[in-house]
Amino acid sequence: MRGFWRNFCRNRGAVVGLVILLLVIATAIAAPWLYPGSPWDMAGMPFAPPGEMGMMLGTDSLGRDVAAGIAHGARVSLLVGAVSTVVALVIGIGLGAIAGYLGGLADDLVMRFTEFFQTIPSFVLAILLVAIFTPTIGSIVFAIAVVSWPPVARVVRAEFLSLRSREFVQASEVLGKSRISIVFGDILPNALSPIVVLSSLMVASAILLESALSFLGLGDPNMMSWGFLIGSGRSVIRMAWWMSVFPGIAIFLTVLSLNLVGEGLSDALNPRLARNRGGKA
Amino acid sequence: MELSRFPAYLAGRLVKAAIVVLAIVVCNFFLIHAAPGDPASIIAGQSGAADAKFLEQLRAQFGLDQPLYVQLWVYLKGVLTLDLGFSHRQQASVAALLWDRLPATLLLTGAAFLFAIVIGVTMGALAARRVGSWSDSVITVLALTFYATPLFWVGLMLVLLFSVTLEWLPSFGMMSVGVELSGFAWLLDIGKHLLLPALTLGLFYVAVYARLTRATMLEVADQDFVKTARAKGVPEGRILRRHVLRNAMLPVITFAGIQAGQLIGGSILVETVFAWPGIGRLAFEALLARDYQVLMGVFFCTSVMVVLFNLITDLLYAIVDPRVEVS
Repeated sequence: MRGFWRNFCRNRGAVVGLVILLLVIATAIAAPWLYPGSPWDMAGMPFAPPGEMGMMLGTDSLGRDVAAGIAHGARVSLLVGAVSTVVALVIGIGLGAIAGYLGGLADDLVMRFTEFFQTIPSFVLAILLVAIFTPTIGSIVFAIAVVSWPPVARVVRAEFLSLRSREFVQASEVLGKSRISIVFGDILPNALSPIVVLSSLMVASAILLESALSFLGLGDPNMMSWGFLIGSGRSVIRMAWWMSVFPGIAIFLTVLSLNLVGEGLSDALNPRLARNRGGKA
Repeated sequence: MELSRFPAYLAGRLVKAAIVVLAIVVCNFFLIHAAPGDPASIIAGQSGAADAKFLEQLRAQFGLDQPLYVQLWVYLKGVLTLDLGFSHRQQASVAALLWDRLPATLLLTGAAFLFAIVIGVTMGALAARRVGSWSDSVITVLALTFYATPLFWVGLMLVLLFSVTLEWLPSFGMMSVGVELSGFAWLLDIGKHLLLPALTLGLFYVAVYARLTRATMLEVADQDFVKTARAKGVPEGRILRRHVLRNAMLPVITFAGIQAGQLIGGSILVETVFAWPGIGRLAFEALLARDYQVLMGVFFCTSVMVVLFNLITDLLYAIVDPRVEVS
């Protein structure tokens, strides 16, 4: 564990990323205390520029505080990012494990299925799913998970393929362990490090996807989100630039921090690889 | 690849593409049926009347009272004859709507793709030539930045800079409204409108292709045939162009095929930001109107575009790389 930290901290970008990410998480947790009351309520004059009327980041066309919207939006972005990644991991690990462990026909079928999902334009499918099942936080999470599991399945399959013929797995087989306990007890723990790296990148792209959906008006109508803020600022960008600039910066910083942390995790979990690259990516 | 085996290769790829398209059509069909409320009540809602008798009549008219497999068969036959349904909102067939918008989307994605390939590969080649130099770091930073920036936000920021503040370029539509232009002036007008959307859509891929080109060029430059060429006294610039860059293009082609779906998905966002009259804008309008028929059509159409693009990159790859085996 200590070696892990040392390797993680060697990547300076990753440390910066981790600090930003912790700040975003803190903002999300503290939002109800920082900005009590609903972010949908009027807080001042419409179209107040940043810094005026006590509004740090200005107000929107209905006089809502942009800063409050960003703080409350952080909750939705992080929640959707985390939950949809967990769901995608469950699907991807399940299918990848079946393909990699069983091999043969099962492998063929699962891989064709995965390829199909990688071919079709995933964003269009996500739009279609959310539109058909009406935009709620549940349908958004579902749609994002449905389009983001294929890379997990591929990675897990590759790991399982190489691990299942190792001696410790063969030993478990000889001992008469059940398939389920071999898959979850022996193989999966050894395949975790690429999955961990991948999942930090998946949270990042899920946040981007959620913001794109809510930008198009497919956000949960009861939840303030960053994409919605930018979408509502789009038509008035000539008179209120702050409405779309600041939420965008919030998305950028969050996604950037997750990507940086992902690189740091990758370096820390594969120290040999990181040194080969000369410590920079 | 030997020329005699090319038809077999082509046939294999075509069959694979056909299967994918078929799967998409089936997927579309079940999505319609998964929607809350059956299609008849949706259609009835869209045309504004909804008494029980009218619903029955609609169900009979569209064959919704038939068993599911019969409906699937009818639907498949319809799609194969390019009948993608009828939009009751727009009072036009979905196929006609899509056909109308296709050229604009092809122009936008094509321009963005070319821009990304040309600039990205050039930047990657420059960076690979001087590892560790400032151009090398610039690419790493650019890639990280564009990976993390939402596409639609980049578009809005470009509008803010070039249209609102500097007033250099139009921010809206595909051509100027209210002026009759022809010939060169007309092309120039479209070009001006195209610049910002294509830039927005392409910037992300510039970073991606630059990174990829840099990585593969460094890999190829280490290989024996490059050392041989150098030992023979081939000039450095020629080695870079003929030996290294050519081989480094192969992964770039593969990657372009993989990214096609994302490029088209991105065009929906870009077209929404810039009111570009393409398929993406059509999808956005259909979203606002909850016009599912059109959305299904957009999904079908964009999927076919991706499949075709993948087919082209596969063939291109087979032509460029003689080592590809016919499988």
